[in-house]
Amino acid sequence: MSTADAHEMTCKELVELVTDYLEDALPPAARTRFDEHLAACPFCTTYVEQMRQTVKALGSLPEASIPPAALDALLGHFRKWR
Amino acid sequence: MTTPIVNNDIALDEARLLTALRERDEAAFVSLVRRYHGPLLRLAMVYAGSRSVAEEIVQETWLGVLQGIDRFEGRASFKTWLFRILVNRAKTRSERESRTVPFSALAASETAGDEPAVSPDRFLGADHPDWPNHWCAPPTDWGASPDQLLLSKEARERIGGVIAGLPPAQRQVITLRDIEGWSAEEVCNALDVSETNQRVLLHRARSRVRGALEHYFGRE
Repeated sequence: MSTADAHEMTCKELVELVTDYLEDALPPAARTRFDEHLAACPFCTTYVEQMRQTVKALGSLPEASIPPAALDALLGHFRKWR
Repeated sequence: MTTPIVNNDIALDEARLLTALRERDEAAFVSLVRRYHGPLLRLAMVYAGSRSVAEEIVQETWLGVLQGIDRFEGRASFKTWLFRILVNRAKTRSERESRTVPFSALAASETAGDEPAVSPDRFLGADHPDWPNHWCAPPTDWGASPDQLLLSKEARERIGGVIAGLPPAQRQVITLRDIEGWSAEEVCNALDVSETNQRVLLHRARSRVRGALEHYFGRE
């Protein structure tokens, strides 16, 4: 980021900083530049929104259920243990 | 009439199940096995790399629970204790098989080099007079209710497929962070990876998943 500080943030830079932004790991100056860019750029706003939606979708994947054979095997162990 | 289940109810219910398990109640055991199978399997996949090995690790974990339940004092939560048993079993196993590449080596190779979040050809050139490095092929909206779409079986299968195909360190980080909801700190400790590398791996993994979803939603 050494040379990027002086000028306005570009879209190409922003897409590489999204995770730092969402993780609240950007230094204050970079965060300000990020927010300024977002306020002026509907495309990047869409991009950041899609990253948020992606994270949300990942958090709501359904759980796998245990295969019957595996449960039977466990019950066998359980009855021996009991 | 339904009342919302709050964490307290779950904790209470779990305490009852554990007491019943100590009393050798089979139904309580089955309830716990069903409740935790999904999270355990995903955590096992982090270490195992194949579904069948992961299933075996989960089985071994439950045997560990039966062996240890009478000594489990409840100082940590049951879930923490359970996950710790799984991680220990998984690590012992991979040491025994010693085919596994250590996470640090995976992380080093997967964080090296450039891996653009978005293909460079979707941006204007750095020499563009007005809009250097701005979008020329911007992302388009995922419709009015993307949340609904993302919950469809097809979208979920797509996401599952992308996750399975990620480079291993990226897969491990995104599984624990975003699918299982671990904090950054928990992931750094569990995988023994620096905060910065954890974030780079997460970024690359999330960017790939977003890219796949974009493709699925119809751009290109």
